[in-house]
Amino acid sequence: MTAEALGTFARTDDDAELRNIARMIREDIVRMLAAAGSGHSAGPLGLAELLTALYFNILRHNPADPDWPERDLFFLSAGHTAPVLYAALARAGYFPAAELATLRQLGSRLQGHPERGALPGIESTSGPLGSGLSQAAGYAHVLRNIDRVKHRFVYAVMGDGEINEGNIWEAAMFAGKYRLGNLIAFIDRNNIQIDGATEDVMPLTNLRAKWEAFDWHVLEVDGNSVRAVIDAANLGKAVTWAPTLVIAHTVPGRGVPFMEYDHRWHGLPPSPAQADQALAALRGGETP
Amino acid sequence: MTAYPINPRVLTTPETEAIRSGFGRGLLAAGEANERVVALCADLTESTQMHIFKSRFPERFVEVGIAEQNLVTVAAGMAHAGKIPFTASYAAFSPGRNWEQIKTTAAMNRQPVIVVGAHAGINTGPDGATHQMLEDIALMRVMPNMRVIVPGDSLEAERATQAIAADPAPTYLRLARDKTPIFSCADSPFEIGRAYILAEGRDISLIATGTMTYHALVAADQLTGLGVSAEVVHVPTVKPLDKAVILASLRRTGRAVTIEEAQIIGGLGGAICELAAREFPARVHRLGLRDRYGESGAPNQLLEKFRLTGRLIAEDVARELGSGTATARL
Repeated sequence: MTAEALGTFARTDDDAELRNIARMIREDIVRMLAAAGSGHSAGPLGLAELLTALYFNILRHNPADPDWPERDLFFLSAGHTAPVLYAALARAGYFPAAELATLRQLGSRLQGHPERGALPGIESTSGPLGSGLSQAAGYAHVLRNIDRVKHRFVYAVMGDGEINEGNIWEAAMFAGKYRLGNLIAFIDRNNIQIDGATEDVMPLTNLRAKWEAFDWHVLEVDGNSVRAVIDAANLGKAVTWAPTLVIAHTVPGRGVPFMEYDHRWHGLPPSPAQADQALAALRGGETP
Repeated sequence: MTAYPINPRVLTTPETEAIRSGFGRGLLAAGEANERVVALCADLTESTQMHIFKSRFPERFVEVGIAEQNLVTVAAGMAHAGKIPFTASYAAFSPGRNWEQIKTTAAMNRQPVIVVGAHAGINTGPDGATHQMLEDIALMRVMPNMRVIVPGDSLEAERATQAIAADPAPTYLRLARDKTPIFSCADSPFEIGRAYILAEGRDISLIATGTMTYHALVAADQLTGLGVSAEVVHVPTVKPLDKAVILASLRRTGRAVTIEEAQIIGGLGGAICELAAREFPARVHRLGLRDRYGESGAPNQLLEKFRLTGRLIAEDVARELGSGTATARL
């Protein structure tokens, strides 16, 4: 069978194909969450392009050998966005896409939050917020400053609400101190968290300046543009004297009109009827 | 069973050394034996004795600053990259402040992060209650995938550190600040998961861990003078517990006193009660801190105050055995 028949995709640099993968990942997310009856919708939908860019273009990885010693590392710090990671892993070929339907069920390898060891391709258990960046930094420090490996890179995705956590700023100081030029971290800047707008819960004012003050190289991009994310990652790889932070501006619930921009969809799944509506919208055309 | 070699001067004029000093030597030896061993510290490099490793292997030493959450999570990332990271701070802060990070990124991930909690117990002395970590054994014991090791003296700390590095897995290693008597010898054994009978007895088992094992030996000696035959069981690994050795002792004596420089709730005493309740219901009396915090004072003054010296332990054991006249003679 061809990869396409299996529903998997290989690395590509073709924008149309990447957008198609992102759309398929969104459909997976909607179906998974509706079947599970619980879970987070807004964040995963908003991250579809970012994870597509990572797993289908940026990362050096091998789905047939998840622990390939030459791979790049990806840490999903915001573990509650697990559905987008699971869909990306399945579509990259780490495990059968049919298994996506088992999300959050008893005995499933797709735990409510990602668990290392449960499913191929999960680098680290996450969910409790704030600890992914420091693990990524620890890995990057070993590569850059101890083992002197230059051709492997470490990536992390944080939520914007997540950076309320003190652990993030401890890690930010650490990565700046050790000049982790091989570390490229993304903030999913979708402006929502559970209790409402990020700026109401705990303002992230001057976000770029905050990270620059910690000696990071900072970029801001449209996080819902696969190409923009890829370009940012490549620029980050070229900057070797500092870790790169990409503020990826995304729309929460992207692609599902009744979810977009609404913080109430942070931690809710669609009902079966809402899922039908969402899938129709996603299939109605490319997201703008 | 081969007898556990004990320092012949333990009851007269034992040498003393800080348990943390043994850790410093053990870490250096572990680093020399295996280049995967790395060390991380949170601005306490000399007082945790990591400076010895740092000066020998500067490129394998990481200073994270006063940031205990980062300390263990950076270590988890380094462990994922193939290293065996020892992380050190005061126990009051690590695992006192970063328990969830240890759970999620080290224990759940099964990454071989070693959490070294220095300055544990009332032995920390004048710094007072905030710095006298007493809840750590309970906190770490309850965590799946986590080993809990509490060396009894500096020589054992040195052996334990090397044993952990040779068998890397998530581990909590508890250290003490002040000098304490050395009861073991250069050739005394240490294996992770093993408990040791230091003195055989018939009437009661004194089950101790960490700095309290020395005091248990003193107590047993004093009890001999009262006609009480006390067995001393040294438990340097609180988890996984050496059930066979402990149960065999309980079966011999029929009752036990547990002794630890920690809260009696959930620590070694808790572990022994859980074991006994299921396997060999025996009367267990727990000595340690009784659901209260410590306070400032010299370590010896605090041991007296909390009745954790050999003499006071012997008194309490005698009372526990119901030999009132013996207590009066002490």
